[in-house]
Amino acid sequence: MQPLLDLLGDPALRPTLLATAVLGALSGGVGAFAVVRRQSLQGDVVSHAALPGVACAFWLGGRSEVVLILGAAVSGWLALALVGGLVRRNLAPFDAALAAMLATFFGLGIVLMGGLQRAYPGTNAVRLQQYLFGAEAATVRMADLAPLVLLGGPALLVLVAFWKEFKLLSFDPDFAASLGFPVRRLDLLLTAVVVVAVVLGLQTVGVVLMSALIVAPAAAARQWTDRLGPLVLLAMTLGAASGVAGTLLSHTLSERGRAVPTGPTIVLTITAVALASLAFAPRRGLLAAAVRRHLLRRRFLLKAGAP
Amino acid sequence: MSFAEREAMLLVLVTALACAVPGVLLVLRRLALIGDAIGHVLLFGVVGMYYLTGDLDSPWLVVGAVLSGVLTVALVELLERTQLVRGDAAIGLVFPALFSVGTLVASMHFRDTHLDVDQVLLGHVEYASSAPMAQLFGVPIGRRPTVALAALGLLNVGLAVVFFKELKLTTFDAALAATLGFLPALVHYGLMTVVSLTAVAAFDSVGPVLVVAFLVLPALTARLLSDRLHVVFLLSLAAAAVGAVLGVRAAFYFHTNTAGMVAVTLGVLYGVTLLVAPKRGLIAAEWQRFRRRRTFAETVLTIHLAEHEDTPAEPDESAFSGLHRHLDWQPAAVTGVVRRAERHGLVTRTGDALRLTPEGRRHAREAFGHLPG
Repeated sequence: MQPLLDLLGDPALRPTLLATAVLGALSGGVGAFAVVRRQSLQGDVVSHAALPGVACAFWLGGRSEVVLILGAAVSGWLALALVGGLVRRNLAPFDAALAAMLATFFGLGIVLMGGLQRAYPGTNAVRLQQYLFGAEAATVRMADLAPLVLLGGPALLVLVAFWKEFKLLSFDPDFAASLGFPVRRLDLLLTAVVVVAVVLGLQTVGVVLMSALIVAPAAAARQWTDRLGPLVLLAMTLGAASGVAGTLLSHTLSERGRAVPTGPTIVLTITAVALASLAFAPRRGLLAAAVRRHLLRRRFLLKAGAP
Repeated sequence: MSFAEREAMLLVLVTALACAVPGVLLVLRRLALIGDAIGHVLLFGVVGMYYLTGDLDSPWLVVGAVLSGVLTVALVELLERTQLVRGDAAIGLVFPALFSVGTLVASMHFRDTHLDVDQVLLGHVEYASSAPMAQLFGVPIGRRPTVALAALGLLNVGLAVVFFKELKLTTFDAALAATLGFLPALVHYGLMTVVSLTAVAAFDSVGPVLVVAFLVLPALTARLLSDRLHVVFLLSLAAAAVGAVLGVRAAFYFHTNTAGMVAVTLGVLYGVTLLVAPKRGLIAAEWQRFRRRRTFAETVLTIHLAEHEDTPAEPDESAFSGLHRHLDWQPAAVTGVVRRAERHGLVTRTGDALRLTPEGRRHAREAFGHLPG
């Protein structure tokens, strides 16, 4: 126990631990809504579609973390809004629309990045690369936590403030519309919250792995409860715990002379939690179902008088 | 057009054509995001096979990559079948996990083998002209990646032609296909193998993310233009070709990443088609709505006139100058509607009084069956 406590208190590791914990909680919370609405892969699309926004923000002179993140958020949100438009007008199936916007925006981002690297040779273009692939999480500094708090805090507040509306929107959007709620605007707002969570995570865990942070905590939590409130809280807890556990794990393993990247370790941790939940959750879990089936069969056989 | 551009264009063209065929089926079968997932996990297969063989040029790397694509599909379906997570969440669980394993193994075991992330994720069409030549019976026939993708494209087209009936049936009515004795699962895994193979081949030239653009965008574009499967296939090939040629031209003109530019061009092509497609396009839809609104206004006018025909209120209700009050329309709109109704022979106007023609009376009765008279 003591080595673990030492690690937790390690001032070099503290910013990383804080960042992954906050990020895990944030993405777990918004992920719960995404999974319930069958839009789990929103995160994947946003993280790819953020690239042209980052490039544009950089081009327009944005150098600070927050400006680049806002650029990422705007283009990620735009991609999802376009997906919504395509689906609403019945011009493309939902999944194909997501894939189409993901690929087009990402292509545009790469084109713009190519231009940037020529326009500003050797400058901070490397830092832009971080948005693609995630930094070594071990290099997170206390200052990097500012955007997490500045943007993640309000995102969570929106989630709380519009709790009732988002709940209704997630489970019965038609009913919400019939009650007079501005469904489309609420949808765009909830999308914006997802987008903020995703772009905040990009620089810590990278594009591909961010999708896991949205989906896995929620998929895990979903096995333990049927109520939205506990679902969101549990997903946030699991997300934060996996973030911390994954960081510690990668740090511990790294000490033996090999660098173990933090992002993938976090993803595998949270995936393991999700698989364990699928297997062992008390009512829905696979084990519980097998036991139930077994008991049922025995009772049936007893009644039927078989040996 | 420079030598390098010509070689790049050839490579992108065959890549786009090879992707265009399975892409149609991915879109129609709602598997577009599986295509995305497969693109991402190829790394897992490559790393895994490299771990086993220790040889970066081993053909097993390709086999591993294809297998990892099929593995992804199988795992996603396994998760879905538990009914504990839905399809989208299953995809979101599987591919980041496999990708993470690939990244972890790569970074822990082959740190000396420099895996260039840029190259792996963005592809390198630009170097098409420096690829070795492939030879057939000692005769050079083209750059090796280009020839490989061309062969794959021919294979894809051939499979689509030979199994057209099976593909059509299992895509649109899997249950019927199963009862008729076709094997939807076999077709499904066959298709997934083809997609993985195509993605692997395209991986080198355009990278795993932009493969998605090549798979999905031409198919979506074609889908806007036709509802017939074989036409959609042909249009998808055409869209892929146009996008590839224009995209490579633009990339070399602007000196930027070729694969990215082609993806953007394919996206723009889709966007333009969205606007101008003759039946399903946005402009066509808007025009239809405009037309319907105009005809509807004329119909309302005839119904209004018919309702008050031969009643004491008729002089007031059927007066041109009072219509905007009775129908709650803008006065300017009334003028237009009446003029069009006159032109279509539905009403006649004498001074301020409007009267239905026999044609107009029939029109009103048809639209509003239970009118008296």
